[in-house]
Amino acid sequence: MTAIPDTQSFAPDPVLPKRKSRVWAKFKRSPSALLGGVIVLFFVIVALLAPFLPIPGPLETDWGAVRKAPSAAHLFGTDEIGRDVLSRMIWGAQASLLAGVVSVLIAVAMGVPLGVIAGYRRGWTDAAISRVTEALLAAPFLILAIALAAFLGPSLTNAMIAIGVSATPVFIRLARAQTLSVMTEDYVESARAIGVGHVALIWRYILPNIFPPILVQGTLTIATAIIAEAALSFLGLGQQPPAPSWGAMLNVAKNFLEQAPWMALYPGMAIFLVVLGFNLLGDGLRDALDPRDN
Amino acid sequence: MLGFLSRRLLIAIPTIILISIFVFSLQKLLPGDPVLVMAGEERDPDLIAALREKYRLNDPIFVQYFAWAGNALRGDLGISLRTNQPVTELIGEKLPVTIQLAVMALIIAMVIGIPAGVISAYKKGTWVDWLANLIALSGLSVPNFWLGIMLILLVSVKLGWLPASGYQPFSEDPLQSIRTMLMPALVLGTATAATLMRHTRSAMLSVLQSDYVRTARAKGLREHTVLIKHALRNALVPVVTVTALLFGELLAGAVLTEQIFTIPGFGKLVVDAVFNRDYAVVQGIVLCTGIAFIFMNILADAAYRLLNPRMRDT
Repeated sequence: MTAIPDTQSFAPDPVLPKRKSRVWAKFKRSPSALLGGVIVLFFVIVALLAPFLPIPGPLETDWGAVRKAPSAAHLFGTDEIGRDVLSRMIWGAQASLLAGVVSVLIAVAMGVPLGVIAGYRRGWTDAAISRVTEALLAAPFLILAIALAAFLGPSLTNAMIAIGVSATPVFIRLARAQTLSVMTEDYVESARAIGVGHVALIWRYILPNIFPPILVQGTLTIATAIIAEAALSFLGLGQQPPAPSWGAMLNVAKNFLEQAPWMALYPGMAIFLVVLGFNLLGDGLRDALDPRDN
Repeated sequence: MLGFLSRRLLIAIPTIILISIFVFSLQKLLPGDPVLVMAGEERDPDLIAALREKYRLNDPIFVQYFAWAGNALRGDLGISLRTNQPVTELIGEKLPVTIQLAVMALIIAMVIGIPAGVISAYKKGTWVDWLANLIALSGLSVPNFWLGIMLILLVSVKLGWLPASGYQPFSEDPLQSIRTMLMPALVLGTATAATLMRHTRSAMLSVLQSDYVRTARAKGLREHTVLIKHALRNALVPVVTVTALLFGELLAGAVLTEQIFTIPGFGKLVVDAVFNRDYAVVQGIVLCTGIAFIFMNILADAAYRLLNPRMRDT
């Protein structure tokens, strides 16, 4: 069946503009959601501006300033070979945020189409996709990511692939459940009744309506992915030295706890803050998009 | 209940088969020819041929899978390249250490998370509720390996209260064993405490609005009795289910905690295996945790049925 574009105007538009403004109004009223948004925005801006900030290069060593405590010259101190901790943290933000976003994009790109197909087609397609999803969900997220990263080889790209693949089953399950729910709505029934094709039905009626929960899950999964990337880099399976990464910085810092505690304090705080930001933002989005609260 | 358990176990079989296919496929992700790596720099053609024969690499892939799965079914997950021990034996040695850590972490999480959830629900909308939620969200956001490092710095290095690393088997010296595991268990239990708090709060909020709680209050029962005997008892039903699932996650979460506190458990085994390219051990661990997760899921469902009388006959 092919799409019949000129008849689609008869079907009701499922995404109402009024709803969008109501969601935004609810989001704005939540101080924690706004705080989350501000934290995330701050880290994104800092990561993007890294090349333009008046800081030493992240790989620049100063053998005269090895493991120096925070001072006016080095606000967050220096590391075991005299590199500026603040500079490495700012450049490390790029790796963490990139890993968080790319991993989730991989998971969404693989998970949502599979979930929608399972929910839309049902029958054996659904059964096959669901069984594979259950099998992948049975393996714990971090163990799966570590195993995949180990077999693919240590690098930031492979860590992102490993995290993305490990996070995919959650999106398959969510997209499937949402599709099954949307398929019972009147507007989908009426669109089918007037002969809207499969692709158009999915593109115009299903995807826009399953987008809000995917967005919430995506935001919360970025938080998980950032921690996972830091964990993989901490274990030596993510970003490789000397490139800066928060997890790898913590891995080195644990060997100098007594002599240079600042090496561990600041990168960990950065991970905590950015993850908290994404969690607050995700929670805020979930509350704002929850129709039960209207 | 027996019928329910057998149904669930039957349904679990295809999932376990799929996990085994996935775990088997992992070795195919390895770049290059694994036999060339095993044969060393000399690359003796006879040795390469013998290794190909030994690992059935000349056979079609499905034959290789069935041979591997058949061995796994008999409890043979291969030999560790590093220690030359059977993988099942290695896992059997390390698992009790991780289980002790996970049990202690779960106890800490329940002691903190459940009361915090009850108080938060009871004080809904107040600053207490807001604070409890913020702490819970922070608990979910803090990377446990960083928390571990910071606790070592504070509790071991600065205050000298607890050892920073090491392990004492519980059977040899229970007190010292608990002392060495206390800090790692606290680190591992933080996120679980936060999750339990959020689930308890949500379940309590729902129960506190129910008719029987209103009736109990109308009868003039003391608030403490209403809260603990009537509300919490019912709110705990979904919490118990979540707890069973969280226990499985704790086993996985132990990977980083054991690495930081140098605990010779399951988690440290996987990390060491990864760095020594001991792929049979990595595969064995993924397979075992996957199967353990499935059984924890079944146990969680069984516990839910046992605790919820309305589900017993279904």
